[in-house]
Amino acid sequence: MDLNFTPEERAFRDEVRSYLAENLPEYMSDAVRSGGELTKELMEEWHAILNKKGWLATIWPVEYGGPGWSPVEKYIFEDECCKAYAPRIVPFGLSMLGPVLIKFGNEEQKKTILPRILDGSDWWCQGYSEPGAGSDLASLKTRAVRDGDEWVINGQKTWTTLGQHADKIFCLCRTDPDAKQQEGISFILVDMNAPGVELRPIKLIEGGHEVNEVFFTDVRVPCSSLVGEENKGWTIAKYLLTHERTGIAGVGFSMQSLEEVKALARTVRRNGKPLAEDPLFAARVAQAEIDLEAMKLTNLRMLYKAQQQGAPGPETSILKIKGTVINQELKDLARRALGPVAAPFPGHVTDGNLMFGPEDTANNAARYFNNRKTSIFGGSNEIQRNILTKTMLEL
Amino acid sequence: MDFSLTEDRRMLQDSLTRYLTEQYPVEHRNKVAYDLPCHDHAKWDEMAELGALFALAPEDAGGFGGSGFDINVVFEALGTTLNCEPVLGALMASRLMTKAGADQEALLSGATKYAFAVSEVEAPYDPAYIECSAATSGDGHVLSGRKTSVYGGQVAEMFLVAAKLDGKLAVFEVQAADANVVSYPMMDGGGAAELLMDGTRAKLLIADAAYAVQDALNAGVVALCAEAVGAMAVTHDTTVDYLKQRKQFGVPIGKFQVLQHRAVDMLTEIEQSRSITIKAAAELGGADATRYASMAKNMIGRAARLIAEEAIQMHGGIAMTWEYPISHFAKRLIMLDAQLGDTDFHLTRIMNALKAA
Repeated sequence: MDLNFTPEERAFRDEVRSYLAENLPEYMSDAVRSGGELTKELMEEWHAILNKKGWLATIWPVEYGGPGWSPVEKYIFEDECCKAYAPRIVPFGLSMLGPVLIKFGNEEQKKTILPRILDGSDWWCQGYSEPGAGSDLASLKTRAVRDGDEWVINGQKTWTTLGQHADKIFCLCRTDPDAKQQEGISFILVDMNAPGVELRPIKLIEGGHEVNEVFFTDVRVPCSSLVGEENKGWTIAKYLLTHERTGIAGVGFSMQSLEEVKALARTVRRNGKPLAEDPLFAARVAQAEIDLEAMKLTNLRMLYKAQQQGAPGPETSILKIKGTVINQELKDLARRALGPVAAPFPGHVTDGNLMFGPEDTANNAARYFNNRKTSIFGGSNEIQRNILTKTMLEL
Repeated sequence: MDFSLTEDRRMLQDSLTRYLTEQYPVEHRNKVAYDLPCHDHAKWDEMAELGALFALAPEDAGGFGGSGFDINVVFEALGTTLNCEPVLGALMASRLMTKAGADQEALLSGATKYAFAVSEVEAPYDPAYIECSAATSGDGHVLSGRKTSVYGGQVAEMFLVAAKLDGKLAVFEVQAADANVVSYPMMDGGGAAELLMDGTRAKLLIADAAYAVQDALNAGVVALCAEAVGAMAVTHDTTVDYLKQRKQFGVPIGKFQVLQHRAVDMLTEIEQSRSITIKAAAELGGADATRYASMAKNMIGRAARLIAEEAIQMHGGIAMTWEYPISHFAKRLIMLDAQLGDTDFHLTRIMNALKAA
């Protein structure tokens, strides 16, 4: 039993830290710290910086342009990126489609698509959820019908994150309506600019534009757009979801949130003294801090197990459940810390002399509302409990 | 980073767990636990022979362990079998004797039973508020005052007593025969004692003992956390088994999602508890030991109550009976919160750190 990182891992952490200090532009970390929406240009620029170093596709094997990191190295990299307030790597091409193509794609697909993900030529988005297929994803209805050497697609996808920036979308489509639910699904790549694809923004609870609906009306794509075998898309979907779950604990982001809450509690005054001295507020922060400290270790224990076994196990669902709940609690505390002055809609009270709190807290209410999503997406926390019921409890 | 046990610790864990499961099962434990002296002398000797006590002290103090992880291994095994022998008192006494450089062969071999008398009725958790006082008398000392909740005190031959000497916290040895010891079995099994002293003869062990006392308490907290993790795991496993077997409305009740999700939440909290206990064990003896011990004890207190109450609720009436083992696990899980600082006490310590920084 040894909770310390190896000398090699510590050296790697130093390397990442100094790399970020030299290469992460200040305007980017400021933008991340402010908690507002990031522009497409900013995200692309950060991707380009990382790609130059070979650190963009963190979970790809070396032969496809990944850094060849162990799970622990990947963890260290993400941890340092959080501490430095680096923009989050947009996952759809790099963490989702990339690993899928590497495992299930043909040589042509790997050769043509992977480099374009790396160099930013293509921005991918995810076409999974539908209005009638959320937690019950396998009930999806978007149809793909073979017509000569083309697929003809009709249907609707939703909750398409950052689809407004996307050039391409990977879709789960029903290709055999007569087969059992999971057995008639295929994984198909679609050009967002193809005739018949229409994107409509969804305005979210806090007013932001992060997700979209995507409509498909007689959209034609070549047969070569199929990934893996016809009607075997569910296997791919599940594989992709396990990758989506890695790093899902979001420990680094919660650490950021905790530090923000603490700083705020020492700055904000209430009843003639710092909020940090209010016992009820301090108790809430302390309990969240304890939960997060345990989460850090739970995360490392599962990382260690994944490293020993070669793949993350079903118990990563624990990370998803607990990690999102802790993060939501911290976002709630940040909002509470500001009290009524969390209310002004972001962007209205911006003059330094009039600001109610530190500049980077102006979005605290918006962040609280936006982060209610984390226990819903990526397999809702209830679905994670179903997974654990089957796999860990065998009920 | 390595979360596996060393070969030595694995062997100790295996042999101790096997011994306790086979020779000291819960049925036997229940016969011992609720009536004085709450102690099985023969089995105590056998546990000591297996190294359950030697594992608690470092090599230079005559043991073969002494780290937080050694404590974890021993107490998790005690927790899985709900053992009620006075190992906690031995552990805390051993920590103090190591600090004092005293010979502890008699303690580690199990020959002499030690208990640590630190709590007082109005200062159950924080040694800063101790009022029990020491005075010099001839070439020795005498102690006066009442110590409460002295775990293992019902069978201890020797007490290590925390008392104020010239305004400073000190630790003394007091022979059981020299003091008034009022013994009792506890609601959750195992025994303790009130120690009443009035000019009672004592031998100074550590003069400036604030740090040593805190270290002993931290070790005790790690031990209780590990014990709880073991007891929670058994309680949860038993509950899940019951969900598979118990049928109502024509199906095993484990088919009901409302129970499935609650059983998962128990699992999640146990994993979190295991994690924070490992962290507290790793930090034991270091500069942040008290902070992480407090974090662990707070989380364990919350989790243990959840596991105990949910186990009873999901079992239904059967877990309310004395006969069914889970009722005894549940009692232990609830009552250990009040040992060496409860959830609120330890949360306050973390809160105060927020203010101070």
